[in-house]
Amino acid sequence: MKRKNLWKRMKKCYMLYLFLLPAVLMIAVFCYAPMYGVLMAFQNYSPSKGITGSSWVGLKWFRTFFNMPRFWQIVKNTLTLSIYSLIAGFPIPVILALMINSVRNSKFQKVTQTVTYMPHFISVVIMVGMLTTFLSPRSGFLSHILTFLGAPDDAFYMGDAKAFPHLYVWSGIWQDMGWSSIIYLAALAGVDQSLHEAAKVDGATKLQRIWHVDIPAIVPTMIILLIMSVGSIMSVGYEKVFLMQNDLNSTVSEVISTYVYKIGLKQQQYSYSAAIGLFNNGINFILLVVVNKVSKKLSGSSLW
Amino acid sequence: MKRRGSDKIFDIVNITILSILLVIMAYPIYFVLVASVSDPTYVNSGAFLLWPKGFSMLGYRKVFEDTRIWIGYFNTLIYVIGGCILGVMITMMAGFALSRKELPFRGFFMGYFVFTMYFGGGLIPFYMVMKTLHLTNTRTLMILISAVSVYNIIVTRSFMENTIPEELRDAAKVDGCGDGYFFFKIVMPLSKAIMAVLVLFLAVSYWNSYFNPMIFLTDRSKYPLALYLREILLTASTNASTSRELDPAAALKLQTMAQVIKYGVIVVSTLPIICVYPFLQKYFVKGVMIGSVKG
Repeated sequence: MKRKNLWKRMKKCYMLYLFLLPAVLMIAVFCYAPMYGVLMAFQNYSPSKGITGSSWVGLKWFRTFFNMPRFWQIVKNTLTLSIYSLIAGFPIPVILALMINSVRNSKFQKVTQTVTYMPHFISVVIMVGMLTTFLSPRSGFLSHILTFLGAPDDAFYMGDAKAFPHLYVWSGIWQDMGWSSIIYLAALAGVDQSLHEAAKVDGATKLQRIWHVDIPAIVPTMIILLIMSVGSIMSVGYEKVFLMQNDLNSTVSEVISTYVYKIGLKQQQYSYSAAIGLFNNGINFILLVVVNKVSKKLSGSSLW
Repeated sequence: MKRRGSDKIFDIVNITILSILLVIMAYPIYFVLVASVSDPTYVNSGAFLLWPKGFSMLGYRKVFEDTRIWIGYFNTLIYVIGGCILGVMITMMAGFALSRKELPFRGFFMGYFVFTMYFGGGLIPFYMVMKTLHLTNTRTLMILISAVSVYNIIVTRSFMENTIPEELRDAAKVDGCGDGYFFFKIVMPLSKAIMAVLVLFLAVSYWNSYFNPMIFLTDRSKYPLALYLREILLTASTNASTSRELDPAAALKLQTMAQVIKYGVIVVSTLPIICVYPFLQKYFVKGVMIGSVKG
């Protein structure tokens, strides 16, 4: 009886299922089909035989990866970039949002928002292009300023292994600090103004009000974003790193995702590369689940 | 109420820091703009610029003479327009379906979509799937590839849950209006704001993407602007064929020109978005805010 009821309800919604169909199909092709394809990480995959025809090799490729001399270097590079980005990049948008929120002149507030969001729309290619041109020895204006501050005048920053993590992280912060602050500003806009009034009557200073009224209001948002960042700590996007990479800085700029690209598409070792990718995604997924659980216990905020 | 001294100090410090930040944010962009219309020799010296020095449009002349810019622009426009139309349609329909509470298995479909945000097959399996489908090196793939994003679907669903009241659907039902008719005649016109958000998110992501085109396209005639930009800005050996024909003096001139050309290229490729963006800012911001409402 109940079953028939469900069928009836489904039939009534046939149009909604039709609406859902294109998105479901696209996700199936672009997300779930590759997830099935990940089986090649446990095979000696050859494109002509496909996944059904290739022979199984178990964890061979994972072992190859762990025993590779560069394994630790690549993992270390990946973690350095992501942890550095997280530590430097996480608090800054929060502080920026609190600062913008405390400005009382609404025109200045608007201008600040417009200008700080702007770099977000610069593409990675342009961003790295700007960095390279600004920092090119002798003809870039940033290297000119650095020379003025005492650096050698022919320093080639883009090829400097020591400068690479800083350039990567701080150009990222420059580009996205404004954009990332939007979400906190939204949370701050929801703060009940009477709380501020009450605190004022009690003689609280502005700093005290930020500390006791504003910050508690954005903590849940911060936790959610922190969970998401920790969940992707092993995935440093290849887009920007790849563009910033050169022979001179490759000891610090080779990260898992760029290595996957090189092994897989340049050297065509498909199975090996898929195994490295799976290792990476797997760790991310586990981290996300664990952090989410911990946060749910400690603070009540969680993704699901 | 009288304002306290410490609050005044706070305001001054706050405004000062923000002002410095504004300069740090805006100056690099302003510099590119100014340098692109300045005298090439001057720009090449790497000096600090506050306004154009020795106004010259030489850089832009060179940029527009470069056929790569035109081909790239043309292809990027195809991908952006195609991707936006397809992406907005699919996302709106899916978002609408998922916003209806009476839909059986709604939770299952949400899970189906959301799971892909946290786990993926990785680059190589993705590449192999596209290869088996014979989609590599096609314009079709370049249009399809980022059309559907789960994030966008969730944003759209939240928007519709909040703006299309349940009663409206019920009233339409009483009048004998089916889901299809309801969607196209009532929901779409009420959802202009979210459509604007989707168009903007999609347009920016298509405009800026270079990695997917790089791995999937082999035909230079299909390259989007971003790939040619990478060539011009980041690969030093540009146009080896033309430089061979040049005499040393001209080669030196080209060398001097290089910086100005680069700045010109940056302006030409980024200006459309930077100019349009302040007018559409409220939509972008809206999109991020709806997305932040937990689904």
